[in-house]
Amino acid sequence: MSSIISVANLSKTYGSGFKALKNVNLDIKRGEIFALLGPNGAGKTTLISIICGIANPSEGKVLVGGENIQTSYRKARSLIGLVPQELHTDAFESVWATVSFSRGLFGKPKNPAHIEKVLKDLSLWDKKDSKIITLSGGMKRRVMIAKALSHEPQILFLDEPTAGVDVELRKGMWEVVRTLQQSGVTIILTTHYIEEAEEMADRIGVINKGEIVLVEDKATLMSKLGKKRLTLHLQGKVTSLPESLAHYQLDLCDNGATLVYDYDTKGERTGITSLLSDLRDAGIRFNDLDTTQSSLEDIFVDLVRTS
Amino acid sequence: MNHRAIRAIYLFEMARTWRTLLQSIVSPVVSTSLYFVVFGAAIGSRISQVEGVSYGTFIVPGLIMLSVLTQSIANASFGIYFPKFTGTIYEILSAPISYFEIVLGYVGAAATKSIILGLIILATAGLFVPLHIQHPVWMLTFLVLTAVTFSLFGFIIGIWADGFEKLQMIPMLVVTPLTFLGGSFYSIDMLPPTWRSVALLNPVVYLISGFRWSFYEIADVSVAVSICMTTAFLVICLAVIWWIFRTGYRLKN
Repeated sequence: MSSIISVANLSKTYGSGFKALKNVNLDIKRGEIFALLGPNGAGKTTLISIICGIANPSEGKVLVGGENIQTSYRKARSLIGLVPQELHTDAFESVWATVSFSRGLFGKPKNPAHIEKVLKDLSLWDKKDSKIITLSGGMKRRVMIAKALSHEPQILFLDEPTAGVDVELRKGMWEVVRTLQQSGVTIILTTHYIEEAEEMADRIGVINKGEIVLVEDKATLMSKLGKKRLTLHLQGKVTSLPESLAHYQLDLCDNGATLVYDYDTKGERTGITSLLSDLRDAGIRFNDLDTTQSSLEDIFVDLVRTS
Repeated sequence: MNHRAIRAIYLFEMARTWRTLLQSIVSPVVSTSLYFVVFGAAIGSRISQVEGVSYGTFIVPGLIMLSVLTQSIANASFGIYFPKFTGTIYEILSAPISYFEIVLGYVGAAATKSIILGLIILATAGLFVPLHIQHPVWMLTFLVLTAVTFSLFGFIIGIWADGFEKLQMIPMLVVTPLTFLGGSFYSIDMLPPTWRSVALLNPVVYLISGFRWSFYEIADVSVAVSICMTTAFLVICLAVIWWIFRTGYRLKN
C-alpha cells in the first residue's frame, strides 16, 4: 500500500520553548485506520494540527497525497477532513447551514444530496434545521464529523472522536468509521480509549513526549508484546505453594482460591504443560481454568513507562 | 482562487448581520437620529451657518463617517475574533483557502454591512435636513474606501485581541475620540491655530474632510491630500495583515 501521508523529520517548538514534537517520522497508508495513542500532552494534537494546516511546523516536511502541505496547501488540505478534539461549533447556525458552509469553504460546488446522505448516516437528518446551540454534546460531535465529511475528503482525522460520548453512540460512531473505511477513506484517530484502538485500528502508533515510540500493525503488536494469563480455579483453598512451583512465579489470589500464571506467547516454551504436571505432583487440583490475552492498554502503559 | 470559499465566508458573515438586524442596523440608525435631534435641531438651531451650510446639514457627512468607522471596526473585529473565541477558526485555517481569500470574505462582508449602514443613515438624514450631494461618485468612493480600510483595521484588532476587553479597547479609547475630534461636528478651521495643527495629525480629519467635500465642496484640507492619507492607511493595514498571515501571529502558534 502506498503512503497517503508522509511526515519527515517534523519538529515543533512553541514560543515558550516547549518542544511538542521531536523529529517525528510517520507514514500513513492509503485506506487504513491508524490509531495514534499517547498520554495527555504527548503531541498528538500538535501533530494533527500541523498536518491540517492549523499550526506551523518548526522543521521538517509533510506530504499529503504527495502534495507538500506548505507549498501546495490547497491540494493537500482539500484531501483532509478534520474533527478536532474540542467541541468547536457555531451556536446560532442551523445544522444544514453549518455543514453546507464547510463544503463551500473547501471549494466544492453545492451538493444537497451529499449533505443529506452525510446527515442521514450520522443520524442528524431530523435535526437539520435545528440551531446547533440546542443540540446535545453527542450531536454536536456528530455535526463536527458531518462538517468534516461535507467536502468528501480522502483522509479523515478524528481527534478523540468519542470523548464524552455514551457507549451506544460510541459504537454507532465506530460503525460510521468502518463504513467510511470501506468507501476508501483513510482514517487517523487519536484516542484515550485503548479499547477503541483495539477495536478499530489496522495499525497503531504510540507517541510520548513528542516522539514516536512505536508504529506497528495491531495484530503484530498484540502478538509481539502480548502476554497471556492462565487462571486456575482451585478445588480447595491453598495457603502456601510448595518449593517445587517457585520458579513459575505464580500468584495466589482470592485467599488461595485461584492461581494465576503469566506467560509470554512469543516464548518458545510457555511452560503450561510442565506447570500442570507439577501441580498434579504437588497434589493441587482445580475445577476450571481460563486464559486471557493482555490488552493493548497493558502494552501501552508498559511502553509509555519505559520510554 | 477558491471563489466558493470566499462566497461561503461572505454569506456566513452577512447571515449574521440579518440575524442581528436590530443590533447591526437599527441601533446605529436610532443613535444617528438622536444626534440629529440634539445637535441638528436643539443645539444646531442656535448655531449660525458653517461655511454657507446650515449646521444640521453640515454634520451629515461627519455623522455617516462616525458610524461607518465604528461599525466597520466592530463588524470586522468581531467577525474574526468570534471564531477565535469559540474555536471554529480551526476550520478556516485547515481549509484550502489563501489568506487573501480569508480577508476578502471577512472584510468584504464587514465593509458591505457598513456601506449599507452609511447609505441608510444618509437616507435617514434626508428626513431631517435638506441634502445635496455635489459629487456622488466621489462620495461613494470615499464611503467604500473608508469602509474597506477600517474593516481591515478591525480585522487586525480582531486577530490581536485575546479577550473581549481588548476587542473594545481600541474602538472605545482610540477611534471614538479621534472621530469626535476629527471634525464630525465642526470644521477644524473653527479651532485656534495651535489646536488646528494638532488636529491635522488625526487621520480621521482627512476622511471626514474629503467626504464632506464630496457633499458640499467644503474641505478642511485638499481632496488630494484626503485621498492620499486614506489610501496610505489602507496600505498600512494591508501590510500589517500580510505580516500577520506570514508569521501566523496569534493564529497558528
